[in-house]
Amino acid sequence: MEERLRRTMMFVPGNNAGMVKDAGIYGADSIMFDLEDSVSMDQKDAARMLVYEALQTQDYGDAELVVRVNGIDTPYFKNDVFAMVKAGIQVVRLPKVESAQMMKDLVAVVEEAEKKFNIPVGTTHVMAAIESARGVLKALEIAESTDRMIGLALSAEDYTTDMKTHRYPDGAELEFARNMILHAARAAGIAAFDTVFTNMNDVEGFQRETEHIHQLGFDGKSLVNPRQIDWVNKVYEPTKKEIENALDVEAAIEEANAKGSGVISMNGQMVDRPVVLRAQRVLRLAKASGLIDEDGEYIEE
Amino acid sequence: MVNTLKNKVEREIPAEFLETRKGFESTEIGNPEIQRTAPQVRVSTGDDKVVDSIEDIVKKLVKDGMTISFHHHLREGDFIFNKVMDAIISLGIKDLTLAPSSLTNTMNDKVVEAIKAGTITNITSSGMRGSLGEAVSHGLLKNPVIFRSHGNRARSIENGEIKIDVAFLGVPNADRLGNANGMTGDAAFGSLGYALMDANYANKVVLLTDNLVDYPNTPASIKQTQVDYVVKVDQVGDPDRIGTGATRFTKNPKDLKIAKMVNDVIVHSPYFKQGFSFQTGSGGAALAVARFLRQSMIDSDIKASFALGGITKPIVDLLEEGLVNKVMDVQDFDKGAASSMKNNKNQQEIDASWYADPENKGAMVDQLDVAILSALEIDTDFNVNVMTGSNGVIRGAIGGHQDAATAKMTIISAPLTRGRIATVVPKVSTVVTPGSSIDVLVTEVGIAVNPKRQDLIDAFKQVPGLPLVSIEELQQRAEKIVGKPQPLEYTDRTVALVTYRDGSLIDVIKQVKD
Repeated sequence: MEERLRRTMMFVPGNNAGMVKDAGIYGADSIMFDLEDSVSMDQKDAARMLVYEALQTQDYGDAELVVRVNGIDTPYFKNDVFAMVKAGIQVVRLPKVESAQMMKDLVAVVEEAEKKFNIPVGTTHVMAAIESARGVLKALEIAESTDRMIGLALSAEDYTTDMKTHRYPDGAELEFARNMILHAARAAGIAAFDTVFTNMNDVEGFQRETEHIHQLGFDGKSLVNPRQIDWVNKVYEPTKKEIENALDVEAAIEEANAKGSGVISMNGQMVDRPVVLRAQRVLRLAKASGLIDEDGEYIEE
Repeated sequence: MVNTLKNKVEREIPAEFLETRKGFESTEIGNPEIQRTAPQVRVSTGDDKVVDSIEDIVKKLVKDGMTISFHHHLREGDFIFNKVMDAIISLGIKDLTLAPSSLTNTMNDKVVEAIKAGTITNITSSGMRGSLGEAVSHGLLKNPVIFRSHGNRARSIENGEIKIDVAFLGVPNADRLGNANGMTGDAAFGSLGYALMDANYANKVVLLTDNLVDYPNTPASIKQTQVDYVVKVDQVGDPDRIGTGATRFTKNPKDLKIAKMVNDVIVHSPYFKQGFSFQTGSGGAALAVARFLRQSMIDSDIKASFALGGITKPIVDLLEEGLVNKVMDVQDFDKGAASSMKNNKNQQEIDASWYADPENKGAMVDQLDVAILSALEIDTDFNVNVMTGSNGVIRGAIGGHQDAATAKMTIISAPLTRGRIATVVPKVSTVVTPGSSIDVLVTEVGIAVNPKRQDLIDAFKQVPGLPLVSIEELQQRAEKIVGKPQPLEYTDRTVALVTYRDGSLIDVIKQVKD
């Protein structure tokens, strides 16, 4: 799977032309056009058409483009998948996933569409939203269901209802699901997205939750409002010390490469692969945050 | 075919209008010697000024062919204009020139009625909108409207191009001799900035107030030495519509994004330093800029020497916080700004001449570092249109746009498109402010710097995350989103002249084809 930053996945209602048009301007790492819950029944076709047209005419820059299709058991599902695959969507997100089989069913339809529209089979990626107790318990099998998987997302509203609770400010009710999904994603080598935070007036609560999921190890968070993007990015910004360390590791790698040595050493100690991976991630974050430039030089304010 | 000549912004100006005015050449005013005029004075000891009826005073003062004026400080809450015009129309007076500081929507239908009655045959204004803009654009008025910026109106009043016979000025308080200010009373609107020109230069000055107070009334923005009559009316205006209520910061993410980028441009420009000065507008995005700027000023420990122009509560808050030393106030857009003037000596009322008159011994806009302005359209030469809509119909006002654009760094803040209409276009339909006075365009997808400002380009290039693009790229991007519109169709008839602040013709507006 291609390594990329997925700090922010911004929800965009698929039937809102203004928001669909402007989705690219806020710097979200991923944009998720929604054809499902934010679109009322009588708008399903309109939303599908709108997103289909937008994907072919609008400039969304470097953002990863995701669409949340309607569920497999709905009459809209197949049309959604066909239209989005034809439009060249990068990732299809399936809601309410409870088994590996559901993802395999999705992939079968995706493949059918790819063949029909002469798109190389395997181009379109998929991801799963987990919204139930069963889905959480099956997280690993879902994460490993297909090579096309890029990530798992927790969807807390349906999940907490299924668990006979609701959301609390401290998020204790989500802890098990968060850890299950995160472990499954990490074991499968894919991304993990935390759930949305819908109270736009509680900025502190949002920051607290984001710091928490950042600490756990989530790649990022699903967002309902573009204003949340900067707040998430701030939390994910590496510290100066982390950047310094990562730059040292990178220098050590270059030195090893120059010497033709397979062993990377720094300050007389061998550098392990996890350290290398973490350093690379820190540098990616530092560049995305505008803290260092492409050459790894510090940008002075 | 109409014989035309091209001016310096490549606009075809019909030759007939170039007999009395020159075409626009340059934003530089130079150092000409100007002769100002003075008003007539009807000598009085001051004991005969109070009048009870608008009809009586109109009958006494207004004659066919005169020039009459009003101010627009009461904005959409104005009751004075319609009352006075009703009296004038019913008296059958003809051929008046209407010369208000601007025309608000509440005046539209009355002006249309007065044009149809033959009462008004000439208009000069900062702008017009709604039904009046539609009517004028469709040829209702025989003579072209002359649009002037606030600074240009001050200039024209001072040098006699606009000779006001009678000024009707609504005020929220006055004493029996005419000492008045805009700060107290039910209809308080704050600064009387634009009206002070009329009070100073009109041959006859009539105040209309619903709040006759004890003599002598202070502070007196308008003085008894200037006033001929004081008319007592029931109500000057609707307080709820004079200024907006509590100012709410926009939550629109696109406006916020643009505002943040505007702030980034200011903060990373060479002008963001101790004692800098700025002017913002009154729209949602402009108010958001004030909020971002506040934080940047606190973070960098920088204070502004003054904020200028139309003032809002967020600007007054900066004054009260000590981040701005003086507010130089020509008008107030909301109640917060209007009510603070009487309590804060650092919120200085200034007249339109002091604010922006180009033919002055120094106007405040000449000292301005940063101006943030809006645009209906901006073209790839950075020319700005704030006057005509995408259908060619008049629906805006110059306001202080041309004047404030003389700032050392003028930033246009605008979305790339509005609905299906591009903001960044190959050629604006009407040039109001010449591109040579515009330095930076900020849209939600990128920042374009006028190529003549290589110094700013160099400065902004050093800043990570500032999305610098060419204005041509922005124009193409807008066109890709909304497509290429059919060209507008006009008749040969000119319905309005757009003058630059020095009085030269920067563009004309033609009658739209139906």
